[in-house]
Amino acid sequence: MSDLLYSEVEEDLRASVRDLFKDRAEPAALIARTETAEPYDLKLWRTLAADLGAAGLAVPEALGGHGASAREVAVVMEELGRSVAPVPYLGSAVLATSALLATDTAQAEMTERLGKLAAGTLIGALAVPLSTAPGAEFPSTVTAAADGTLSGQVRSVVDASVAELLVVPAVGPDGPGLYTVDTASAGVTVTEAVSLDLTRRIADVTLENVAAKRVADSSTAASALDTALVTAAGLLASEQLGIAEWALTETVRYLKERYQFGRQVGSFQSLKHRLANLYTDLVNARATARYAADCLASGDDIAIAVAVAQARNSPIAVHAAEEAIQLHGGIGMTWEHPAHLYLKRAKSDEIALGTPGRHRAALAPLIDLPA
Amino acid sequence: MTTVDDLKRRVAELLAAYPPESTPRQDFLDARFDAGLAWIHFPEGLGGLNAPRSLQSVVDKELAAAGAPDNDKRRIGIGLGMAAPTILAFGTPEQHQRFLRPLWTEREVWCQLFSEPGAGSDLAALGTRAVRDGDDWVVTGQKVWTSGAHKSQWAILVTRTDPDVPKHRGMTYFLCDMTAPGVEVRPLRQITGEAEFNEVFLSEVRIPDAHRLGAVGEGWKVAQTTLMNERVAIGGTEFPRDGGMVGVVTEVWRERPELRTSELHDRLLKLWVEGESLRLVSSRLRQQLAAGAPGPEGSAVKVAFSELNQAASGLEIELLGDEGLRYDDWTMRRPDGVNFLGREAGYRYLRAKGNSIEGGTSEVLRNIIAERVLGLPSEPRIDKDVAWKDLPR
Repeated sequence: MSDLLYSEVEEDLRASVRDLFKDRAEPAALIARTETAEPYDLKLWRTLAADLGAAGLAVPEALGGHGASAREVAVVMEELGRSVAPVPYLGSAVLATSALLATDTAQAEMTERLGKLAAGTLIGALAVPLSTAPGAEFPSTVTAAADGTLSGQVRSVVDASVAELLVVPAVGPDGPGLYTVDTASAGVTVTEAVSLDLTRRIADVTLENVAAKRVADSSTAASALDTALVTAAGLLASEQLGIAEWALTETVRYLKERYQFGRQVGSFQSLKHRLANLYTDLVNARATARYAADCLASGDDIAIAVAVAQARNSPIAVHAAEEAIQLHGGIGMTWEHPAHLYLKRAKSDEIALGTPGRHRAALAPLIDLPA
Repeated sequence: MTTVDDLKRRVAELLAAYPPESTPRQDFLDARFDAGLAWIHFPEGLGGLNAPRSLQSVVDKELAAAGAPDNDKRRIGIGLGMAAPTILAFGTPEQHQRFLRPLWTEREVWCQLFSEPGAGSDLAALGTRAVRDGDDWVVTGQKVWTSGAHKSQWAILVTRTDPDVPKHRGMTYFLCDMTAPGVEVRPLRQITGEAEFNEVFLSEVRIPDAHRLGAVGEGWKVAQTTLMNERVAIGGTEFPRDGGMVGVVTEVWRERPELRTSELHDRLLKLWVEGESLRLVSSRLRQQLAAGAPGPEGSAVKVAFSELNQAASGLEIELLGDEGLRYDDWTMRRPDGVNFLGREAGYRYLRAKGNSIEGGTSEVLRNIIAERVLGLPSEPRIDKDVAWKDLPR
């Protein structure tokens, strides 16, 4: 039976990450940062990744990580959802790191690369559109030439604008492969898009005859990419749980504080019932997120667990953020109030790594419910 | 401290002394009770061993594997889940001795006389009067939604003993003999056509004071113990993946490809996801309980469970199309027990409507979540300091 609770170690990790975000990612500063030239907070990233060791949680100790598992990464993701801290955790510590971990880690330079990713001294990104769902066809917008250089374009790559290393799926003369590219190399252009999500950006990546190193050939590239997408989709469910939890907590707090008609707004039964519904959703989101994290850690039942967690938690997070805005009334609609950051994150997360509908469609054959 | 080995040894001794294949069922149940293997968390001498409740499954599995008979949890669910824990918590030693053994061994079936026509969600408003007369109490009133009343020997009963104080303070709890003169049971027909429940009319029923449970005026406190156990029983049920009402619909889906449409497909998948999610919630709830940290999620599970049952049973009818226009049988009948999944699609759909009403309406449960879990302000209690007799009704 899967363990759906949090261990003491996990609770300790949560407390450290939450304290850090409370100190260094407070809402007013986050909102102010979104309109500066540095939308990502890389100092905060270094503290999170290096000092707290959050980037290397799922990386084996032999490769420079902490040898923990997806269960612990999920706890960090929950706190990321709760804080919408602007750090490249999903792109680097989850997507790029999972992709490389799924390749032959004994190959040259891999230990060094993974070690740096785990230590947070190197920021990675996986060059696929953020909307890519697990099980999607292998991307073919980038081609590898016979000399091993890459050319092509990938739109909407998460966290790419701060990445130093790109993990790029490309199709060459021998079929699909996974390649690594230094973003500093000649021929790499990364253009940050105007993202719906203000605290996690997407960027378009253009490669023109860029020098690259192949880290997975046609025999493993597709499965390595899929492992990364499945892992990230499963962990994203924990971020969605964190978003829903923030939305409920903040809305409850506000509705206890706010008076209209001479009484606390939170004393109106119609609003109490909406919050009770959010609580019911939250209880569900926690159970599916924990189950997905535990399955990713144990290797059991991953496909169903991840599809269920995504199909369930995506709409829950969006609905919770939407309710937070509505129930806050006018203040919830202002730029000054942080609720919009959560709505933007929740709506982007709904599309990220497969929409709920795609995850349901993926589930159908797994549970013998054919169309 | 009772260990697993200890329990297995006791089970083996019981089986040796009373081989299931040659022992009459009732004798075996009696012997199991007397061996302390009925409900091991109960005290010694009352069917238990003062052992951790979590080890009960060890006993149950060993006995099931040996082909031993068991009591029928569905037939005596109210006795086991509601009457027994309340009698244990508030009963006198004489009451423990008198009632618990026949309750567990299925010699006596119990029902619950709580709700009244004028006291549903607001149970504390109940008006069935009990008046002291010598060593007896004389009880008059009407109870409703009593499942199994027509098959029960005993009932747990809450009455009004003091109408001059506010509603929560003037109640007293009794154990009522359903065969006593003045107890009349009438079937209560439901929208399904059948009568699972009853109305119970009490006309000057005499109950000896020895059958009072808890102090005079403490009936609300005693009833809370009963209701808490009811919610634990509802929230803690284990069901498999692809089980329950969703499982009924998925079976139809698999067997009847000609009924499938793409719109129904996505809705079915949504419900499947919700069912799986709820299975995990309930599994997590049990893990919290086992870890000694029960969570407040039970009410949420109950709300979600009833919505899922309603949505899934509604979908089944749509899926069946033309067949969904028919009902199996409207004839008034008395089912053996509660079975949400029983009979046919139309029955399931109609019966599921009760899920969000019975055992706490979803609206009351949402109040409970909002107030007790989220800490939001309580609904105004305008009846809090008003004598029961002065309440508007």
